[in-house]
Amino acid sequence: MCATCGCDSGSSISIHHEHHEHEHLHEHDNHHPKTVIDVEKDVLYQNNLLAERNRGYFEAKNILALNLVSSPGSGKTSLLEKTLTDLKEHLEFAVIEGDQQTTNDADRIHATGTKVTQINTGKGCHLDAHMIIHALQGMKLKDNTVLFIENVGNLVCPAMFDLGEKERVVIISVTEGDDKPLKYPDMFYSSTLCIINKTDLLPYVPFNIEKVKENAKKVNPSLDIIELSCTSGEGLQQWYHWLKSKVLVPETA
Amino acid sequence: MHELSIVMSIIDIARHEVEEAQAMAVEEIELDIGSLSGVEMDALEFAWKQGVKRTVLEHAAMKVNNISAKAECMDCRTEFPIDHYYDACPVCKGHFLNIKQGKELRVKSLTVT
Repeated sequence: MCATCGCDSGSSISIHHEHHEHEHLHEHDNHHPKTVIDVEKDVLYQNNLLAERNRGYFEAKNILALNLVSSPGSGKTSLLEKTLTDLKEHLEFAVIEGDQQTTNDADRIHATGTKVTQINTGKGCHLDAHMIIHALQGMKLKDNTVLFIENVGNLVCPAMFDLGEKERVVIISVTEGDDKPLKYPDMFYSSTLCIINKTDLLPYVPFNIEKVKENAKKVNPSLDIIELSCTSGEGLQQWYHWLKSKVLVPETA
Repeated sequence: MHELSIVMSIIDIARHEVEEAQAMAVEEIELDIGSLSGVEMDALEFAWKQGVKRTVLEHAAMKVNNISAKAECMDCRTEFPIDHYYDACPVCKGHFLNIKQGKELRVKSLTVT
């Protein structure tokens, strides 16, 4: 199995071939002089290269790719369902769903009439650029599509893996702790927009919305923040406005 | 537990370099790991033990250069060490920081025979 994306086409995780070399190695150990190779290579360079490849593909087709990240249960899929339903007359959408198991989320997206591909990461805790390449191969996206990539619910690991997205959107719900940006700073540091979801529940939970905004801004002063509720609809227009402002109008004239 | 993916990426890099150099074995691998790189050393070492089995790195010693993070305040240009992204500038208390070092996660060198 491929370590980068969990697919069967790669080569890196089952490293059986080296065994043979090792048998040689002990015989010849002392005859080879020591050499120091200056590698100076980023550990994630392979992922970063593939991410840049995705980015180039998106730019060429004027696709706006957004990477949605959050803890499990913050409302990523509900926000998508709402957005896709409300804006499908105005924008062309596609969705890549990432989960460890099941196609439940993809089924929910499919029900809105949107093109969707599910990636199951198995034991994997994050999506990476290689998985996105595989997903894109089957999707045949139209030019000017808005592509949502719903990452695996996890505020830690997905932070390190660039998928080639234009915008990274971190979602936090008011049923979580308002110190989350401080506890999981990498994700808030690397995101461009923070959505505070489920604001209709604010009267019932001890969540200090000013505190969470202050904490998020401490980690990332240039982070945009939008408060909304998918249930009451409050704040959704602001999110739609933000989304539309990121869509580059194709130069047709 | 993305540390296993990190270990796999390190093995890929090492294998590529070993093939290029037509070396027989890796004696030591030197890694630069910044304090803000997002890598937990305990988890990395745990994943390492399992991940390197039957690879070019199986018998390699791992040398880690821990790089502590430094930031520059974008408001008053003070440079100072930081432990967290949310640390404030000690002079003007601002949070608009440019991380100068501490995000490193790279293979610095390989000693091969």
